[in-house]
Amino acid sequence: MSRITLAKGLNAGLRKAMEDDPKVLLMGEDVGKLGGVFRITDGLQKDFGEDRVIDSPLAESGIVGTAVGMALRGYRPVVEIQFDGFVYPAYDQIVCQVAKMHYRSRGRSPMPMVIRIPFGGGIGAVEHHSESPEAQFAHTPGLKVVACSNPVDGYWMIQQAIACDDPVIFLEPKRQYHADKADLDETATPAPLFTSRTVRAGTDATLVGYGPTVKTCLRAAEAAEDSTSLEVIDLRTLSPLDLGPVHDSVRRTGRLVVVHEAHVNLGMGAEVAARVTEECFYSLEAPVLRVGAPDTPYPPSRVEEEYLPDLDRVLDAVDRALEY
Amino acid sequence: MTHSAGDSPREFGPDLAEVFGPSQRDGGPDLVQLLTPEGERVHHPEFDVDLSAEELLGLYRDMVLVRRLDTEATALQRHGELGIWAQLLGQEAAQIGAGRALRRQDHVFPTYREHGVAWCKGIDPLDLLGLFRGVDQGAWDPAEFGFGLYTIVIGAQTLHATGYAMAIQRDGDVGTGEPDRDAAVLAHFGDGASSQGDVNEAFIFAASYNAPVVLFCQNNQWAISEPIERQTRIPLYQRALGFGFPGVRVDGNDVIATYAVTKAALQRARDGQGPTLVEAYTYRMGAHTTTDDPTRYRLSEDVENWKLKDPIARVTAYLRRMGLADERWFTDLQAEADDLGARLREGCKALPDPRYVEGFDLVYAEQTDELRAQKAAWQAYQDSFETDHTLGETGAHR
Repeated sequence: MSRITLAKGLNAGLRKAMEDDPKVLLMGEDVGKLGGVFRITDGLQKDFGEDRVIDSPLAESGIVGTAVGMALRGYRPVVEIQFDGFVYPAYDQIVCQVAKMHYRSRGRSPMPMVIRIPFGGGIGAVEHHSESPEAQFAHTPGLKVVACSNPVDGYWMIQQAIACDDPVIFLEPKRQYHADKADLDETATPAPLFTSRTVRAGTDATLVGYGPTVKTCLRAAEAAEDSTSLEVIDLRTLSPLDLGPVHDSVRRTGRLVVVHEAHVNLGMGAEVAARVTEECFYSLEAPVLRVGAPDTPYPPSRVEEEYLPDLDRVLDAVDRALEY
Repeated sequence: MTHSAGDSPREFGPDLAEVFGPSQRDGGPDLVQLLTPEGERVHHPEFDVDLSAEELLGLYRDMVLVRRLDTEATALQRHGELGIWAQLLGQEAAQIGAGRALRRQDHVFPTYREHGVAWCKGIDPLDLLGLFRGVDQGAWDPAEFGFGLYTIVIGAQTLHATGYAMAIQRDGDVGTGEPDRDAAVLAHFGDGASSQGDVNEAFIFAASYNAPVVLFCQNNQWAISEPIERQTRIPLYQRALGFGFPGVRVDGNDVIATYAVTKAALQRARDGQGPTLVEAYTYRMGAHTTTDDPTRYRLSEDVENWKLKDPIARVTAYLRRMGLADERWFTDLQAEADDLGARLREGCKALPDPRYVEGFDLVYAEQTDELRAQKAAWQAYQDSFETDHTLGETGAHR
């Protein structure tokens, strides 16, 4: 048992995966000596060598494209995209090559690759460092997309993603990296990777979040607990979606609010709302509401707290849902 | 090799008249050529190769047969049996020369036009037609043949090739001196692709990690309608210098020279000496694909000029002059080509359509519950039509 941050959990998970399987390679910008700009790969090059923890040229398409080649020869590359906003140069390789390789090769060429992306805002960064691109990847068949929200999940989910024979976009809430600590029991049996989880029980309405907004939802539930009982679900997996726990919850509460930092328009919340409407139509007491970003680009950091979903906006949505 | 990083660079900046004017029309002074368009065997101080009569006849046979493959496929498109075809006409020597320089353990990353290289790697030519007929997206196992699936997005495969070469390094299969173990990668792309970011990133990664990859550019002078001058203001092989590895321009219509240069470059890679850019200087005699109309953008006299440098005709002249093959041999080869053509015609028409519903199980290695449910729903919907069809035959209607 140890007490760890998300950054430490991810680091320990990567280390464990590299110890367990010599085919696991890490590649990215500054992941070697520096240990990554967030120190997620701290110490790994020293222990596993430059052939397995590879400092790459500054070219994201090159990182993902060469990782494709390594996967084709039997390796399991784990690439780090330094910031969410820098994934777009690799978008073509991810969507056209990584995502389709298994299908077009009729399963002959699997793509066991993990693309780690620190995502979301709240760290006072300059533009292009606070994006939430998850829907763009969840929209692409052939990719799997997950988001961890806490240190213990970070430890287990990164190992499970690496063990998965499909390409996984692995989203890490960067503002949580060094925020909270949790107790990790390395001997525990983790939940399967592509499952969501109810993290707080409640009866009046359901809150769904993932990545950084799980904490926001939990804080909202705590703040409201004297008057309103809110159930909170951590989606964890965005593609495939595991909405079983959400459906069960909504059948009991009749009300659902989905919370993410990404733009509401065509975001994950829209998909969750559509599916919950299909599955739980007669249980719903109110329309599914979404809390997320308006259709503006991510703002300058001095006003990002206004832009990001916070406790008040979540509870405002809950109030509106309860008014029906 | 010519123009390694250590050589003094040629005067910086392009002189278009020199680079693309009359003196460059035949490939310029650095062009490696071992068999002239007239079929005269010449020698080169750095690249030469001793080919037995049997080996040369083998290269010739390959070129004749892949040209026939190409001709048949073009005709099959005209007959509506293929949706589209990317012709290799004129590039037979570049592809056979490169393909025959490979060893069994070498891996190829092709564009969508590498029919000749696929041939050399033992892929059934019939399997090449599937993508263009629309029955599959690649019918062979890349790992089994050492030949990747055709890649449509221009230049994307050069990064895969470089990464694969980095994996070879990590496997320790480079520079051991064991001829059956040391492996190299052959990355194909064209003059148009040389403008892509991915190709330039592949150059950088290959150089940075000294990866065992040969970056093989068939400069066929045209990217659909855009001439080479739109892609580059310096001969492409000279770009290698800026990335820090050697570049060689070879006569891509000369199968002997292409074989010799590619063989040397592949061996250099296997030995651990890193990447080489090979620019096979050739010409796309046909259209970009069967949907293209080159009469809208290029002069027929250019095409006529390149016909004089035909990759097959020059070897025919050489074989005849040297008495390396008799008439019977040529006649037998034509008969073999006819047989291949007949097999492709019949085989193409017999290629079965895939069942769309099978694709639900091909998206992931580890199937998802979502897709399982979608497949079941899809199947049920389709089955409802079959039921209706039966009802229709009995005269019943909804």
